[in-house]
Amino acid sequence: MASTMTALAGDTPTLTLDNLLESPRGRDLQTCIQCGICAGTCPYGDAMDYPPRRIIGMLRAGMIEEVLTSDSLLHCVTCYACMAKCPRGLRLTEVLLPLVKEQVFARLPEVPAELQKALTNTLRYGNPMGESARKRAAWAAGAAPPVRVLSADPRPVDVLWFVECYTAYHPRGQDNCRATAKVLQALGVDFAILGSEEKCAGECARLAGETGLFDTLAEANLKLFGKYTFSRIVTSGAHAFDAFTHQYRLLGFDVPVEHTTPFFASRLDALKPLLTRKLNHTVTYHDSCVLGRHNGMYEEPRNLLKAIPGVKLVEMTHNRIGALCCGGGGGGMWLDTFYKAKGLERLADRRVREAVATGADVLAVSCPYEVSRFEDSVKVLGYEKQLVVRDVVELLAEAMESPGTP
Amino acid sequence: MNIVVLMKMVPDIVEELEIAPDGKSLDLEAIRPIVSERDDHALEQALLLKERSGGSVTALAFESRDVDEVLFTALAKGVDRAVKVSAGEEPLSTAEAAALMARVLPGVPNLMPADLILTGCQGIDDLDGVIAPCLAEHLRTPYLGIITGIETKEAGHATVYKEFAGGSRGQYVICLPAVLGVQAAEKPPRYVPVAKVRAVMKSRTIECVAAPAKEEASQLAIGAMTKPQAAGRAEMLEGDPTAVAAKVVEILSARGLA
Repeated sequence: MASTMTALAGDTPTLTLDNLLESPRGRDLQTCIQCGICAGTCPYGDAMDYPPRRIIGMLRAGMIEEVLTSDSLLHCVTCYACMAKCPRGLRLTEVLLPLVKEQVFARLPEVPAELQKALTNTLRYGNPMGESARKRAAWAAGAAPPVRVLSADPRPVDVLWFVECYTAYHPRGQDNCRATAKVLQALGVDFAILGSEEKCAGECARLAGETGLFDTLAEANLKLFGKYTFSRIVTSGAHAFDAFTHQYRLLGFDVPVEHTTPFFASRLDALKPLLTRKLNHTVTYHDSCVLGRHNGMYEEPRNLLKAIPGVKLVEMTHNRIGALCCGGGGGGMWLDTFYKAKGLERLADRRVREAVATGADVLAVSCPYEVSRFEDSVKVLGYEKQLVVRDVVELLAEAMESPGTP
Repeated sequence: MNIVVLMKMVPDIVEELEIAPDGKSLDLEAIRPIVSERDDHALEQALLLKERSGGSVTALAFESRDVDEVLFTALAKGVDRAVKVSAGEEPLSTAEAAALMARVLPGVPNLMPADLILTGCQGIDDLDGVIAPCLAEHLRTPYLGIITGIETKEAGHATVYKEFAGGSRGQYVICLPAVLGVQAAEKPPRYVPVAKVRAVMKSRTIECVAAPAKEEASQLAIGAMTKPQAAGRAEMLEGDPTAVAAKVVEILSARGLA
């Protein structure tokens, strides 16, 4: 398979970092005005030897080796902030930074241990935690009504629910799974999961610089999609949604894809009468970088939250396009130890402090990485009595319970 | 410095282990093989030696399920040759494998004499860790195990470091050729990007060698294999915290701990 980066660029069949600047996309980079907004908006920009502005300047000056042997881009958590705010509209997070990061990754004298383990696990088990692939649908055991698994019942289905790793395996992700199944069932959606056949969509491996791992995972998932008949994919993984929407398309995948939050938001009329329980929460919503900045889905989760009886929605100082990243993208999920060793603040801590400052008692999220990242920060910072972290879908499911449910 | 690294596949204990219907072996259909962790350390140690002192490294394994992936990964990490030995379908006991390997090695083209033969000092399916000393005995070479570091500065000798209980460390000078059982490489096994492994799968080949007919007979046979049986269960103290605390004190007192 051709490199995904090659396919992504789309304008030359052999686009590499070496010939990038001669390509149409690369020539765009020549228009960088070196204003430094990218470096200023980058959450770890101050920790990089070479933030995006300098990387562009150095590449233009032919200082490629210096860029590639620096670990600066290990601080890139692919939050799309630089790309969203670039006054020249340069596709930094989509094109340039991944191309550079792939080369940086290949030259790392040592891959940070935590990241190495996650990547090795993802290749072997299809999930970064290193859990048995056979246990990927363990959360669904005993579910009532049962959740249909396609390998056992391969009849055509409307919605293929791509559960994704952190949702399927993390204990709090499994809460999200049960909530999602409940809402899908309440809406009468015809859905099924892939169970143990599903593998990580691979987006964070790709953006960590491990493009070969992404290629391997994408090949496996695309082959798997070809086995079954379904009308659309709905996924709990914000990064899986991003991968299917942007990367898998370049590999020939053309089935409609939705993330659970916008999927439910588009069915709000049917959902509203089911939201009968008053929750009495002040909720602040954290915009996932990929759903928000990369795909413009700012209002869908907020519309869902506003539809829940008793929910008062408040905004953090940084919201929507300006939201602060949780630090989990682009491999950041497995670089906490690396950042800590450099004396850097965990980005999730920064975000949780901002959530607490709103006075909210619930921090609502739409990406399965964020529940574990923010819950860790809530505990570390000592806000356990003030703030809980909930996926938007968990709140929907809670609001569907009968009023007397504890 | 020519180094041979012997690698083997062991059951991946991420999956539940199941006993085969014969009651004395693992159900091989239910397990997924993974390279023995300490063999991976032996490979890393060999690559570190090559980087420091030059020479060549050959990774060699008996044919088994998924072993190609391990050998291609070894090639991507930097070994010069990858050799797969087919020895039939029947599983080999440790003693049989050691004896057979001693007869296989001289038959591999342009491989022997090797200065160092490295392998893991233990595998999770054979905690006795005897394959390396058995092989050394067959090859009439010295052996040391539980190795955590190797230096090869002088011709004909290697300085090796061996771990003992309680954190003690021994330094030995061993004559080459020698067989060493590696516990841990000086650095954790390296990561190799998947794209590199995929490229190696297209550009390199694994050499295949047929083992001579097995002559050895194992002196040991497995009588039975069973899953662990629960012997007793923890007593859960439940109810009112004051009553639970009193019960805890009572239990500790009864055992002379309070």
